[in-house]
Amino acid sequence: MDTNTLIFLALLLPVLAMFGNMAFAKQDNLRDGFTFVCAVLTFGAVLGVLANLGNSTSQEIVLLEMLPGLQIALQVEPLGLMFALVASGLWIVTHIYGLGYMRGNNEKHHARFFACFSVAISAAIGIAFSANLLTLFLFYEVLTVSTYPLVAHKGTPEAIRGARTYLGVLIGTSIALFLTAIIWTYTLAGTLDFVPGGILQGKVEGLLVPILLGLFAFGIGKAALMPFHRWLPAAMVAPTPVSALLHAVAVVKAGVFTMLKVGVYTFGIDFLADTGASDWLMWIAAYTILASSIVAYQQDNLKRRLAYSTVSQLSYVTLGLALATQMGVMGGALQIAMHAMGKITLFMCAGAIYVATHKSNISQMKGLGRSMPFTYIAFLIGALSIIGLPPLGGSWSKWLLMVGAADADHQIMIGVLMASSLLSLSYLLPVVAQGFFSSSPDNPYNGIKEAPAFCYIPPVFTAIGCVILFLYAGTLVEFLTPMLGVPQ
Amino acid sequence: MATASETPHIALTLRDHLPILQVLVPLCTAPLIVLLGDRRIAWGLAFLAAVLSLVVSFLLLMQVMDGSFISYHLGGWAPPIGIEYRIDAANAFVLLLISLTATLVLPFALRSVADEIPARSHTLFYACFTLVLTGLLGVVATGDAFNVFVFLEISSLATYVLVSQGLYRDKRALSAAYDYLIMGTIGATFFVIGIGFLYMTTGTLNMADMAERLVGQGDNRTVQAAFAFIVVGMGLKVAIYPLHLWLPAAYNYAPSAVTVFLAATSTKAAMYVLLRFMFSVFQPEFVFDTNLLLWILAPFALLAMFAASLIAVFQTNFKRMLAYSSIAQIGYMLLGISLFSVTGLSATMVHLFNHGITKAALFMAVGALVLRSGNTFYDRIEGMGRVMPLTGAAVVLGGLSLIGVPGTAGFISKWVLVQAAFEADLWWVALLIVASSLLAVIYMWRVIEVLYLHTPHPEAIHKEAPLSMVIPMWIAAGACVWFGIDTSLTMGAANTAAIGLMGGTDGMALTPTVGGLLGTGH
Repeated sequence: MDTNTLIFLALLLPVLAMFGNMAFAKQDNLRDGFTFVCAVLTFGAVLGVLANLGNSTSQEIVLLEMLPGLQIALQVEPLGLMFALVASGLWIVTHIYGLGYMRGNNEKHHARFFACFSVAISAAIGIAFSANLLTLFLFYEVLTVSTYPLVAHKGTPEAIRGARTYLGVLIGTSIALFLTAIIWTYTLAGTLDFVPGGILQGKVEGLLVPILLGLFAFGIGKAALMPFHRWLPAAMVAPTPVSALLHAVAVVKAGVFTMLKVGVYTFGIDFLADTGASDWLMWIAAYTILASSIVAYQQDNLKRRLAYSTVSQLSYVTLGLALATQMGVMGGALQIAMHAMGKITLFMCAGAIYVATHKSNISQMKGLGRSMPFTYIAFLIGALSIIGLPPLGGSWSKWLLMVGAADADHQIMIGVLMASSLLSLSYLLPVVAQGFFSSSPDNPYNGIKEAPAFCYIPPVFTAIGCVILFLYAGTLVEFLTPMLGVPQ
Repeated sequence: MATASETPHIALTLRDHLPILQVLVPLCTAPLIVLLGDRRIAWGLAFLAAVLSLVVSFLLLMQVMDGSFISYHLGGWAPPIGIEYRIDAANAFVLLLISLTATLVLPFALRSVADEIPARSHTLFYACFTLVLTGLLGVVATGDAFNVFVFLEISSLATYVLVSQGLYRDKRALSAAYDYLIMGTIGATFFVIGIGFLYMTTGTLNMADMAERLVGQGDNRTVQAAFAFIVVGMGLKVAIYPLHLWLPAAYNYAPSAVTVFLAATSTKAAMYVLLRFMFSVFQPEFVFDTNLLLWILAPFALLAMFAASLIAVFQTNFKRMLAYSSIAQIGYMLLGISLFSVTGLSATMVHLFNHGITKAALFMAVGALVLRSGNTFYDRIEGMGRVMPLTGAAVVLGGLSLIGVPGTAGFISKWVLVQAAFEADLWWVALLIVASSLLAVIYMWRVIEVLYLHTPHPEAIHKEAPLSMVIPMWIAAGACVWFGIDTSLTMGAANTAAIGLMGGTDGMALTPTVGGLLGTGH
């Protein structure tokens, strides 16, 4: 099949899954099986796009013209393809996990849940393949709106409050700042296409460059740059599969992915480096990295701790962009994949613990590791990858970011990255240590067993993924290099 | 003018008579409904008239999309002596909106009116409805200033009656109708005083002729007074904040079907008249150089956007909230005018249409909710989104369009408006526009939470609205999405209209390039 058909399939199969969920709302097994097939086929379609990449020049597919000169158009480029692979690949894993979690936990409204989930995946793939900012913005908002019901899923007052924060921050920043930035860019440059090297060079100068960058950086609320990070912890009221796939992978990665796209294809790294417009952003990102690590350290609720850890890790990508060096941007791009694999493992483990014990606070999880060895070993591997230790994927992105910081002559950022690693060590490893080593004589968890297989096999699987990513990071870097616009 | 009068008066094909048919069909239907006196036939005739109007307005728009205009001489009397109907992109676009809404509302009204109004009043209700349609179409189609006033009164008087029909559900509809009557009459009187002054100065009532004679009269105090009277008079009809006081009560207490129709069309027709007088009768230079209208309009527009939105946030009744939201949205249209550029006017024109269909969808959802839960206070419609999934989803779509989320019609309006602000180097206005849409997020999301995140009220009927309501509602909601993605029709027409309006007097030039009964020219 040619690339165009495959892209359409990747976009439409999740939508088909949504209709399937609505049609077979009452037949549990048929519905979930159908979604699984759709998920596998979606991943297959994205793989097909990857396979085709070598033998066809990437061309733009114009769907329709929304406004004169402004098209809804799709295009394949390495960074987007990587994001699409991550999102669709992990969808399969999360779907299996979600089945175990939702059934094991007796959650309600399965059909609505999986329907919204599918739409969100479609939107993420749309973001990945967007050929211009307008298309990207369209899918960005679809992603926001389609995940709102997932956050509010439980319908408790707490869930409603969380969902309100979630929607308020994401829609608010995107309409007030992101949209303004997009229209401003269009007025300045006359186009919104993603062009290697950027479109703003020579169109805007002086103080306006950092202001415009600021509108983008804060407007892309999904990147959770402080002070617009509040939605992420608030979204933790959602069932864990949502936190795992959407709030560790699809939604947040859509944010930082957009950030990279804007930096690389709208501003251009060289333009940012020449004007120094992103220096301030570097400091904000550094602050976010450290501050949210410290907040994470203080959380007792495991999911909230992971959420703040996510806020911190997302800013690695923003930092990589703000360094405005090729190594920095490459490190940021790798971080998208590496952090996705690591963090989804951690979230799925947290969910598995919740299903097995209905405990969500770390202080209540003493000695659990011996009852749930698979879950805890997977958690350990994921945690080590987040911290950035070899032989796990996370070490490469951190390495490249540090090289990028050195290239940009901002040695202090190396210190920030190292401090952050130490902080994540101190808030992630105690969870595991407590699980295995500390036990009270009246351990209440003696009768506890592993969660259902559907719940603990997927995190084991993604934990192995962290190791594989370490081994193949070189291939990934090679694959992403065209993004930087340098001759190979 | 010369070419038009030289050609002999020959009735050509039906196509050439479209401009008058636009008004004549509903005008003749109204008395026919009363004469036949049967309520089933009444609905059928009204619907037929609406469908025919829709066909006519669509054909008209197709003819003028290229920027030309049609000049139709009533009874063959050439203007400025005779009455002229003049169709160009600007009014053809509004005609389409009005007749489209009428066609959608009538099937919806069948069930809604049966529920809210006793059967004995139905015949007269549909007769009045047809008269409102006549009046609105006439106001927009005509090129004669006094004719505007006449049609304005036809539509207004019939509207007052329609609003008062809400009395069977809530007696306050009577006082709402009375308020509207007083305010509307003041507005119409101001308008006719303005026309009088213009007639005094120019000796003509034909708008195009008037425009020619007003050239260079910028310092004439009578003309300036006329301008002030017309703007304030029409401002009352448009419900420019703070001349909006009649609107919330009228929208809130009118029968559901009437609210749908009014919200989508009546302020829009008045807005069109305002535009036509500002840009075509008075020249843009007159408006913007000598009168500093920018500095008067823009603050009121911004005030409407923020004050009315803020009031909407604190409402506890869905229908009333939407009424305040309408006032806020009128602010966007005014802002587009005050930016004084083709892009700005395009924004006004396209928002006129987009907001029309958005509010049509939302008010139809209100009607469906009224049918099932009795009223639309938030504590009463709790959880209704769960038992009425189609209605609930329409509210979500309409709400997204109101907020301006991409993929909806509202987004297009907002995009063009913000772009116009940037082009005018008014970046702070651009920021205010997006900031005010955040208020829309708040007031719409309150409703969506109420509809979905609570258990349904026990006294409400837990059933989806009948198909006769759901289908029109979904056509309107679907249009919100369609025109958010494919904008060739809306933006094309709005852009042509804006260019024509910015052309000022030239846009109304009296010399059609093609002679004949009908002139077509630039």
